[in-house]
Amino acid sequence: MSLISRKFAHLKAQGKKALIPFITAGDPIPEITVDLMHDLVAAGADLIELGVPFSDPMADGPVIQRASERALEYHVSLRDVLDMVSQFRQLDIETPVILMGYLNPIEVMGYEHFADRAADAGVDGLLIVDIPPEEGEELQRIFKAQSIDQIFLVAPTSTPDRIQRICDVSGGFVYYVSVKGVTGANHLDLSSMEHKLAEIRSRTDLPVGVGFGIKDAQTAAAVSRLADAVVVGSALVSRIEALADEPEKIGASLREVISSMRQAMDKVD
Amino acid sequence: MAITENIIGTLPDERGHFGPYGGLFVSETLMEPLEELRAAYNHYMADENFLKELDEDLANYVGRPSPIYHARRWSEQLGGAQIYLKREDLNHTGAHKVNNTVGQALLARHMGKRRIIAETGAGQHGVASATVAARLGLECVVYMGAVDIIRQEANVYRMRLLGAEVRAVESGSKTLKDALNEAMRDWVTNVDNTFYIIGTVAGPHPYPAMVRDFQSIIGREARTQMLHQAGRQPDALVACVGGGSNAIGLFYPYLDDQAVAIYGVEAAGNGLETGQHAAPLCAGKPGVLHGNRTYLMEDADGQIIETHSISAGLDYPGVGPEHAWLKDSGRANYVAVTDDQALAAFHDLTRIEGIIPALESSHALAYASQLATTMRPDQIILVNLSGRGDKDMHTVAAREGIHL
Ligand SMILES: Cc1ncc(COP(=O)(O)O)c(C=O)c1O
Repeated sequence: MSLISRKFAHLKAQGKKALIPFITAGDPIPEITVDLMHDLVAAGADLIELGVPFSDPMADGPVIQRASERALEYHVSLRDVLDMVSQFRQLDIETPVILMGYLNPIEVMGYEHFADRAADAGVDGLLIVDIPPEEGEELQRIFKAQSIDQIFLVAPTSTPDRIQRICDVSGGFVYYVSVKGVTGANHLDLSSMEHKLAEIRSRTDLPVGVGFGIKDAQTAAAVSRLADAVVVGSALVSRIEALADEPEKIGASLREVISSMRQAMDKVD
Repeated sequence: MAITENIIGTLPDERGHFGPYGGLFVSETLMEPLEELRAAYNHYMADENFLKELDEDLANYVGRPSPIYHARRWSEQLGGAQIYLKREDLNHTGAHKVNNTVGQALLARHMGKRRIIAETGAGQHGVASATVAARLGLECVVYMGAVDIIRQEANVYRMRLLGAEVRAVESGSKTLKDALNEAMRDWVTNVDNTFYIIGTVAGPHPYPAMVRDFQSIIGREARTQMLHQAGRQPDALVACVGGGSNAIGLFYPYLDDQAVAIYGVEAAGNGLETGQHAAPLCAGKPGVLHGNRTYLMEDADGQIIETHSISAGLDYPGVGPEHAWLKDSGRANYVAVTDDQALAAFHDLTRIEGIIPALESSHALAYASQLATTMRPDQIILVNLSGRGDKDMHTVAAREGIHL
């Protein structure tokens, strides 16, 4: 069983839902990313999604685009991101780490080479935004061989056939994108989400996470009533942006949001 | 690799692959809308009424067929092959781009989409989109990089006159690739009522095939016209390549004629050796961007790098996947000419033939003039004159220290 699956099983046994923060590696400066990861865990994060900076983040809204741009000012590469994960692993071997990004940096490194290095570094899951299951067969085989879970998105536009296909190839959990739009959008529609989650659950036993549009403790709690995991991105990244010139204050600020979300989620019965 | 079989009609495959290139590399939200588009496109391209409407629009609104003109004086001065020009500059709105927007806008209307969006670099595709939107009464939003808005301000004003909203894109390098990113983000957000008109043979399937099919009118007409006017087909075709739509439009109907040599001309900017260019086929590597796998300009980490060309319409770090395939297969040759060479050709055609070409098209002219001198006077080069140079007056004047 992968670390991600074990984490979900463990949470389920405790009657808890997973809280998954997203930050972009290297934002606003590369030196603090690993510390921020530990801060997130200390404040109640169960898994961490680490964004790999890309020059053309087509599926991201302005907040996460600018995070990529800040990291790229320091030329943070896929190799650097893997180094950050190895460093994180020196102190934490329990929190699953998922890399989230776009295909091109992985293509350039080479699929096999990347998978080897990611496994060595301690990466547990991978979410590549711009590769649907149809284009990813080779990658799926390679990641499977390294026991890296490949996580796929299900969207409000996904048909039942597509949902089935995605569930069949997903590992770790299934990630439901709660809105039509880019990251940071904020028009969460809980009733259509409920409907779609039921559709997904009818096709897989994997846990289902929800992301895009979760901005505070209240929405996190509301979503955690329906889903197994709550992914929070832009709400954290905009705090990082606001403190980009005072990076020493970012850790405390992220801890504050994450622990308020944690509390609100754990209160839900 | 030598090609012996016929190519026309065999590519792309069902999921948009041209060999290892093309495909569908988008986020899940767009998979179903793209499937819907593919199905609608296949349906209407077999629908006689749709095709009749398209033909009428191309004839009476765009002004097709565009003429082919024998540039006799220029050919004579060069002293080599005869240069013929396919006059896409004479189309309504001044470039080949309108062939595609007329087709896609018609499709949008038949699909019941009332809002269209487009990306633009030089502004030609934006103008062509705003034009058809005005005519069909559709809402139109055009994304344009903030840098391009400055260098193509006349086209920005034209789009606004036509009723389009031009949105400045401030992210990334603030040029065409970023405008495409932003248009994709709009589409993913407003996919229910919005049709995204991509302006070149890039993007996810079915765009590269669909835009090629709409632009292939160029080559189909040329085949008939050349027989008429020269008594035979040309020995060589030359077209500039930004995303590659005017080029594939001319090339595609000729792909199975092995006797016809094919040259796509990329922008070498300040010179390939300087790194400041926009020539992914000549100097890039395969990768994935904007929904397809193709040759890209990227750094060692897989980040897309900034391009440079004097012509905004060629300033794109990728290229249509079919060109990537044509390059690898050896069926087409890809070359590059610098800003200075393109400018020289711009002036030559203007002075010698009384035709002011777009800076994009001037790249094709520059290469054709080199190629001509290596050929005999009884041989023929057909150049795609993809657009007129009116939009470039400021750029050329500024280069010469004149402020208009
Ligand atoms: C006149 C003209 N030619 C060529 C191009 C390049 O596009 P493509 O390579 O798709 O033909 C443009 C793009 O704006 C253009 O305006």
